[in-house]
Amino acid sequence: MSGDIIGIWIGAILTLGIFSFLYKDNPFYKFSEALFVGISAGYWFVVTFWQYFVPKFWDNLSLSFHELVANGRIDYHWIYLVGGFFGVLMLLRLVPKIGWLSRWSLAFIVGTTAGLQFTRYLESNGIRQVVGTIKPLVVGGNLGTSIGNIIIVVGTFTGLIYFFFSKEHKGAFGGAARVGVWFLMINFGAMFGYTVMSRMSLLIGRMDYLFSDWLKLIK
Amino acid sequence: MRWQIPLLIVLIGGVFMAVQYFVPLEFSERIYEYCVDWVIIVGVFAMGLGLWSLFRVSVGKIQTKAQGWGYNFITLGGLFGMILLGLFSGIEEGKQFMNLFWYIYTPIQSSMFALLAFYVASAAYRAFRARTLVSTILLLTAVVIMLRLIPLGPVSGLNQTVASWILTVPNMAAKRAIAMGIGLGGIATALKVVLGIERSYMGKE
Repeated sequence: MSGDIIGIWIGAILTLGIFSFLYKDNPFYKFSEALFVGISAGYWFVVTFWQYFVPKFWDNLSLSFHELVANGRIDYHWIYLVGGFFGVLMLLRLVPKIGWLSRWSLAFIVGTTAGLQFTRYLESNGIRQVVGTIKPLVVGGNLGTSIGNIIIVVGTFTGLIYFFFSKEHKGAFGGAARVGVWFLMINFGAMFGYTVMSRMSLLIGRMDYLFSDWLKLIK
Repeated sequence: MRWQIPLLIVLIGGVFMAVQYFVPLEFSERIYEYCVDWVIIVGVFAMGLGLWSLFRVSVGKIQTKAQGWGYNFITLGGLFGMILLGLFSGIEEGKQFMNLFWYIYTPIQSSMFALLAFYVASAAYRAFRARTLVSTILLLTAVVIMLRLIPLGPVSGLNQTVASWILTVPNMAAKRAIAMGIGLGGIATALKVVLGIERSYMGKE
């Protein structure tokens, strides 16, 4: 048996293990689930280590160290020690007496991410969406586009009204919010349709794996 | 020290990252890149912390012989197997590490997602009973979108046109409203965090 065949057998058995949950929770499923937790945690740690930690931290500091030893110069790569410093502070969470120091690294991540997201949200979720919604309501000689543009403007506006909870949804305001719900339902329906199709596609993929790669019943 | 310094770090980091966007100078861009790299480096250390947590929880269950404790040996075996293989033999294609990825990780992950197809189908049966106007709208949209990729003979063209119109017009309008709502919420939360109003990320004393 070659390595590939053993691998396919293992993959097929684990696939059946996961599908066995359709019957009920059972040891076969639990085994596959426990294995997945361990394998995925190990996989992502190792990948992150080689793809991010080594090039961004280790390689940069090695360059600085070589520069220092060879030429006696302190170059700018030492600045990556700051990241390492915050990283070590994060690990101090494991030392109860000084665990509060890990808040510094958490604060660094939260602060920089918040600042970054502030401008990103402002641009992509705010300005770009508003610009995309400001459309001509009447396009000469093209009734379809005109109707489409009117629907987009009305749908966006009423959808936003639905999310405005500072005023009770009553009267004309409530009516607009109700129209907003209809548009939101169209979006949820589309998302649901896409989700079902993607899951079906994965299911077909698994069946293909079982019947074609494993059992060789489909050529 | 315990509370003021983190708040100061958040304020400085947040204000710098927001302001640098409007100051496209080489200096600010370089500091921005350093900050992003530092966040990634801290993230790797945090991941190590997560692994330690998984190890402790698993060992704790084994020690106390909690329900299903035997499965924690499988978890720990998978974890250490991947780490040892990945760190000492490398992660290039063809190595044992990648074989475990292709023959264990990928089949289980895709099967878990595929399993949801059955539960989505049963949820759809319960949710899609067209009792109200809004559920009818949801049902009709989902049906049109689901049938979009399936050959339906003479009505295929019509279904494609309707599905395409739904996606680009009313669906787009709702997506914009949701995106704007998320954007406003995100901006408000970011401001609260940077200004020190929102402090839940620091936990309790």
